[in-house]
Parts: sequence; C-alpha cells; structure tokens
Amino acid sequence: MEIFEDSLIVKLKGELDHHAAEEIRKKIDNYYLANDLVNIILELSELTFMDSSGIGLIMGRYKITSENKGELILVCERESIKKILNMSGLLKMVKLYPRLDLAITNN
Amino acid sequence: MKLEFLSKSKNESFSRVVVAAFASQLDPTLEELSDIKTAVSEAVTNAIIHGYEYGEGLITIEASIRENEIEIIVKDSGKGIENIEEAMEPFYTSKPNLERSGMGFTVMETFMDSLVVESKKGEGTVVKMTKQIKKVSDKER
Ligand SMILES: Nc1ncnc2c1ncn2[C@@H]1O[C@H](COP(=O)(O)OP(=O)(O)O)[C@@H](O)[C@H]1O
Ligand SMILES: [Mg+2]
Repeated sequence: MEIFEDSLIVKLKGELDHHAAEEIRKKIDNYYLANDLVNIILELSELTFMDSSGIGLIMGRYKITSENKGELILVCERESIKKILNMSGLLKMVKLYPRLDLAITNN
Repeated sequence: MKLEFLSKSKNESFSRVVVAAFASQLDPTLEELSDIKTAVSEAVTNAIIHGYEYGEGLITIEASIRENEIEIIVKDSGKGIENIEEAMEPFYTSKPNLERSGMGFTVMETFMDSLVVESKKGEGTVVKMTKQIKKVSDKER
C-alpha cells in the first residue's frame, strides 16, 4: 500500500475470493482511516482470480470513500477481471483506467 | 470425479483448481477455464458462508464430462434456501453486512450455459451447472 497526496493506492495480487477478501478489507480500511485519506485507487491488474466476493469488497470501499467525499478508482488491464467487473454493473459508478499513471493524471 | 471437503474458506481456492484441472482435458481456452473456476468458487463460497453458517460441514463436488460438455454439481447439507427464486435475483443477499454483493448466482448463470438450483430448508442445497467447451476447430486461437 502506498499513499499519494490524499489517496491510498492498493495493489492487489494473487487471488481475490471470500477467503482473501476479509483480511484485505481490514488492511485497506485501517490504513485509509489511520492516515485520514480521501480517495482509494485499487489496482487489479495483477490479480489472477476474482469472484463476486471481490465485487463485494469493491462496493464496500466505494461506500467508505463516498462517505468521506472521496472517490474510488479502479485500475485493470486484465480481461478476465474486467469481465466480472463489467457484468456487476460497478463500472456505472466507478471509473476504470488501464494503467495507474492514467488514473493519477486524470484525477 | 468426486471431491469431498470441509467447509473451510481456505478450501475455496483448492476446490476450484481441482475442477479446472479436470476440465482441462476438454482443451478449454483460458477464458472458458476462468469462467468455470469462477462459477465453482461462487457455489462453494455459498455452501461455506450461507449453507454452513452455523458450523462446519461437508461439501461435495461431482464433475463429469460428456462429449464437449462439463457438468459440475456442488452439494451441501446445510440450512437450505427457503425462496430460491428470490435468492437467484441479481443483487439479492441475505448477508449485506458481510459485504456480499448478491451476484453469486448471476455470475454462475452468466459464466456457465445452464444452472439449476435445488434446495430444501434444513436439508441442504444442490447446484448443478453445465458448460459447453467449444471444439478447437471452432476457436480462433
Ligand atoms: N448453499 C446455500 N445454502 C443456503 N443459502 C444459500 C446458498 N447459496 C445461496 N444461498 C442464499 O442465496 C443468496 C444469494 O446468493 P448469491 O447470489 O451467491 O449472493 P451472496 O453470496 O453475495 O449473498 C444468499 O445471500 C443466501 O441467502
Ligand atoms: Mg454468493
């Protein structure tokens, strides 16, 4: 995890399922609240697997950033992950960029 | 093949990998394989967090192949589903406090070719899914 100005940048790796989601959620929320941050950027390109537990995790972080008048931004190039993001309807509420530098320069 | 394991969340990963390895004899594309893994993960996760919410139990997965189709059956003997129609609606979850998205059944339906859910309150749930794997000659590789 990394801080850039008032944003928390989280690079997720490996598999994001129900088993992994709980610990990731705690880590993100602790870090975000402890450092008084506003936005969260989730990098998903290095995930090798994600199911609907990942959708739940993203929706939850969307709520937290909204409550703090911030934004949740997704970064992902991988087709298999984009497929489930697309079908979840999340992308109607959340911006998605193919690369982190684009997410930063556009926000 | 048949696989039986305890409803622990750390088994989610290994169970979907086993089914994917079994499916690989049909020579699926990476996308087809990822669809199967995701659907299995949804059914197994549901058995763990919903079916056996009050305590651990056994989950079985049976998979079989007929021609170019794989059939996968995920069973639990947990609490069962009272209203299957409602449960299968997109975004419906009985556990919003656990950050569930309610998209599990929708993912299974979208990523597989067929989905049948049978359940009885107090007895358990059976999720049956099939997917056709396109023949190599029909695929653009
Ligand atoms: N194996 C099961 N045993 C009991 N209830 C289940 C089972 N699978 C699904 N359900 C019920 O169906 C609902 C919808 O499931 P799903 O679409 O996967 O969403 P989610 O898991 O995010 O709640 C669950 O919230 C639960 O109430
Ligand atoms: Mg589910």
